Amino acid sequence: MSALRLLLALATTLGLSASAMAADKPDPAADAKALQDYFVKKFPKVAFDDFVNGPYSMNADMRKQWEEKEQFPPYEFALDSGKEMFAKPFKNGKTYADCFANGGIGIRQNYPYFDDKEGKVITLELALNRCREANGEQPYSYVKDEMASLTAYMAYTSRGKRFDIKIPDDPRALEAFERGKEYFYTRRGQLNFSCASCHVQSPGERIRAEILAPALGILNAMPIYRSEWSGMGTISRRIVTCNSQTRAVPLEPQSDEYRNLEYYLSYVSNGLPVSGPGARP
Amino acid sequence: MRTALALGLLLAASAAAHAQSGAAEGQKLAFDRGKGNCLTCHEIKGGDLPGSIGPKLENLKSKYDRTELIAILNDETKRNPLTVMPPFGRNRILTEQEISAIVDFLQTL
Ligand code: HEC
Ligand code: HEC
Repeated sequence: MSALRLLLALATTLGLSASAMAADKPDPAADAKALQDYFVKKFPKVAFDDFVNGPYSMNADMRKQWEEKEQFPPYEFALDSGKEMFAKPFKNGKTYADCFANGGIGIRQNYPYFDDKEGKVITLELALNRCREANGEQPYSYVKDEMASLTAYMAYTSRGKRFDIKIPDDPRALEAFERGKEYFYTRRGQLNFSCASCHVQSPGERIRAEILAPALGILNAMPIYRSEWSGMGTISRRIVTCNSQTRAVPLEPQSDEYRNLEYYLSYVSNGLPVSGPGARP
Repeated sequence: MRTALALGLLLAASAAAHAQSGAAEGQKLAFDRGKGNCLTCHEIKGGDLPGSIGPKLENLKSKYDRTELIAILNDETKRNPLTVMPPFGRNRILTEQEISAIVDFLQTL
């Protein structure tokens, strides 16, 4: 079965309308509504805003352990260092605040966005490194440490603000969204999983000892602290990890495909609040 | 006649022994994280920390014959295109012999 046919079959089970799925007629608003309806119906007891809490929204026992942990959140060190890094001027005297709207405060919910000059999706992680490079600094690794600290701080100043991802009426933006969707639903790797196999078809189920997070709101808590990592991880790190754990070949962080994927996942979570940084077992 | 009977018994005994070692080997392969890793998704008697994505594997003999079990392991997407179960045979995650041993094990459940 071709990737596209599978996509269609899965979309049908999701109740996405055939017209919303036809390649020539992208309809992101209909896709977002279908995905949100699917999750609301599948988990009638989960409050809408709670989907941003990933595995905790799906499992009461885990939630309890987490709530106890939140008294002393394990991401606090990252938050503190992120705040410090954010305020510290580059060698040229400028700061991150100069690169972002509103001085970078309370803007997480607007990322990623589509840049019409470049014709591409710009994620927050990418924008941060571009800011550094524009100011004569070396870019950071996309997966952890400094990048996680900076995004943790930016998410924290945006907590509670609702995702507000825009898809301008530009064929390139619509295509980026469609490509992201296709990446999400396409099976790959020796184990033949798509992202959707785990995060649409099986959320709430245990995969070994882990509870799978729902696709809806899956990026709202990023970046996250994970005990398994003994540290923080960015969106890039999580996606690369999911790809390699399923024996698929991960792409480069911030490749076009991952940027489109993030665009898709974020847009369909519009209306859900930023809850990052998060903590996971 | 006597020798034929003896030979028959001997063959039956060795076939049973073979299936038994096949089943033991199959259990190892099914539980091994680098091989079947079936516990990721299925509860199976004797295995720790099972996932819950697939059904508990039990009473399989009453549901499926050997050929059907081999087919499920080879490529479950043939039966259910939307399944999340990996196509162990088709994608060469497991060899034919390994699948056969796992099926021996499944038939003991
Ligand atoms: C075979 C299963 C599997 C597949 C396929 C998979 N993931 Fe995951 N994913 C997990 C597990 C396990 C976790 C950790 C538990 C959790 O939070 O869901 C996780 C976590 C995540 C998280 C963090 C959620 C949170 O709240 O902590 C994101 C984001 C994510 N995955 C995205 C993806 C994307 C994008 C893909 C496809 C490129 C993908 N996953 C494919 C199993 C999978
Ligand atoms: C990623 C998840 C996953 C993994 C790994 C997995 N399975 Fe499955 N399996 C399923 C699901 C889901 C079903 C339910 C039927 C379907 O989806 O078509 C299933 C169904 C089955 C069935 C039919 C059960 C019944 O009662 O009808 C058998 C037998 C089976 N699996 C054996 C195995 C064996 C043996 C392994 C390891 C070598 C394995 N599975 C690995 C997900 C998985």
